[in-house]
Amino acid sequence: MSMSSWFAVRKELGPRPRFVIGVMSFVLPLLIWSLVSYVPWLWHPKVEIREPGGVGYFKPGMLVDREVFDKEALTAEQQGKTLPLGDPANPIYLPAPHEVAIAFYTAFTTEPKRRSEKWLHESLWDSIQVIFWGFVISSMIGVPLGILAGTYHFMSRLFEPFIEFFRYLPAPAFGALAVAVLGIHHAPKIAIIFIGTFFQQVLVVANTTRKLDPALLEAAQTLGAKRLSLLFRVVIPGISTDLYRDMRILLGWAWTYLIVAELIGSSSGITWFITQQARYKNFDNVFAAIMMIGIIGLTIDLLLAWLGKRIFPWQRQPARN
Amino acid sequence: MHHLELPSYLEQSPEVRDRFTRLKQRPVVLEVKGLNKEFESHQGQVTALKDINFQTHRREFVCVIGPSGCGKSTLIRILAGLETPTSGQMLIAGEEVHGPGPDRGMVFQSYTLFPWLTVKKNVMFGLERTGHGTFTAEQEAMQWIDLVGLNKFADSYPHQLSGGMKQRVAIARALANQPRILLMDEPFGALDAQTRAKMQSYLLEIWQNIDITILFITHDLDEAIYLADRILVLRAHPGEVEELIEVPVPQPRSPEQFLSAEFLATKKRLEALIHPPQSEEQSSADHLNMVRMVSLDDEVESVF
Repeated sequence: MSMSSWFAVRKELGPRPRFVIGVMSFVLPLLIWSLVSYVPWLWHPKVEIREPGGVGYFKPGMLVDREVFDKEALTAEQQGKTLPLGDPANPIYLPAPHEVAIAFYTAFTTEPKRRSEKWLHESLWDSIQVIFWGFVISSMIGVPLGILAGTYHFMSRLFEPFIEFFRYLPAPAFGALAVAVLGIHHAPKIAIIFIGTFFQQVLVVANTTRKLDPALLEAAQTLGAKRLSLLFRVVIPGISTDLYRDMRILLGWAWTYLIVAELIGSSSGITWFITQQARYKNFDNVFAAIMMIGIIGLTIDLLLAWLGKRIFPWQRQPARN
Repeated sequence: MHHLELPSYLEQSPEVRDRFTRLKQRPVVLEVKGLNKEFESHQGQVTALKDINFQTHRREFVCVIGPSGCGKSTLIRILAGLETPTSGQMLIAGEEVHGPGPDRGMVFQSYTLFPWLTVKKNVMFGLERTGHGTFTAEQEAMQWIDLVGLNKFADSYPHQLSGGMKQRVAIARALANQPRILLMDEPFGALDAQTRAKMQSYLLEIWQNIDITILFITHDLDEAIYLADRILVLRAHPGEVEELIEVPVPQPRSPEQFLSAEFLATKKRLEALIHPPQSEEQSSADHLNMVRMVSLDDEVESVF
């Protein structure tokens, strides 16, 4: 396969390049990160002190700006003291890939500093629970409401103008209110996820419902379908595949509200772990925790995509040739 | 240009005349009385249909034809109950009907099969809506699927079928409810010529063998003449009945008749009604503004 066929407009790649290039999308950023981390003359604005030499305040392992190091080295030279020795280093907030990789394991085995604090897996579990309940409660109300609004103009006019207004109110703005009403545990955090998801959800589901081919509804009516059977036998099955896809996208949005939600009241879950580790300057753990969110999110999405293919056998498979 | 000597389309052989006499003695299945339809549009009120009157008899095959904008789709949608007329009545077997109902089956150009249901479940849809239990619905559905020759595909989903097969399922689905009349809105319009010809003979075969009255919209003159007992010709702006033509081509029909004198005579009449000779002004407006864009000394200087 020649290079030029890689850039044919809207033509699918063959199975091999498809796989290779997909892997590359992860390898490329990792490569850039590795280059910046392991090639000493790329960036590395700091110097890690190996031998303090004649400089009084230098300690082994200390990180200083390169200009400071150069200046102190020059002064030491002029004063005839032993020269300090050091290696180029990156700032503490950019750990190298292998450090983060190790942190993926050690973050789970690191004992909490205080008795009352939680292990990482407990924090993660808290986060997943908050997301789950926020999304489930939102969907239980939002999906039926969206379907009704998309089916009946009356419902659409009754709900949508207000929801259209409300969705512009930023969910985190309700943080203080949520704590005042719901206390400091999971409840206010679930409420923030709910507020962040629900209003978009109603509008998205309503739009999806409206996109159902009206000819299907007409055909059903000429076959004798009446009000309720139109809704339950045509509208709902007709939109189910698109609805499922919407839910996957909305679940992604719910995850983006997680960090803000967990900062409300007393911080909790994965966010608490991240802020705590950042305070101790364990940035390898911070990176590991951020990536864990990404990995969990992507895994759930792939799982749902796989499940979708099994639930909806009539969905047209994308043509592959 | 040589001119073919054709009989008048009004000339009928004794057999054909006798058949039409008997046809008109059959009970009336559909009667349309003084039907009007007006739309509100940006340019104000538009009359889509004006004072439409006609009746079809039991087991008759009627085609509706007319220039674009004559309201033939609006007419069939009103008959199906998908749109409400501004005034007028329609009666099915003598009873006035409003809104859609299983007594009038409809086949759309866009197939409109339910993509989430298998072929069998699609055909069962109407049966279940009209109070049949799952077991009898399934049995009856299988009979209709058998009738259109798709038993091998009973458990397939619509996206696995070709266009012609989809339309056969749609016909089976509409017939399964045993409607008094089958309304077909350019059902073969999206099919290629070969499939379309095959579908036409399938449809004739189905019509000959079961108790069904068919009202069929098309813009294809050959299709209309080949299929119809009578052709309802509409005129545009406003949509009015131009003529109700009794097709003089003898029954049963076969593709060989496409070149018979009666067929061509009817076609000539339809051509005259649907593509009337244009006025000077109109034809100049339709003309391309063409200039010669090939040099005179070109190797291929002319196409002739």
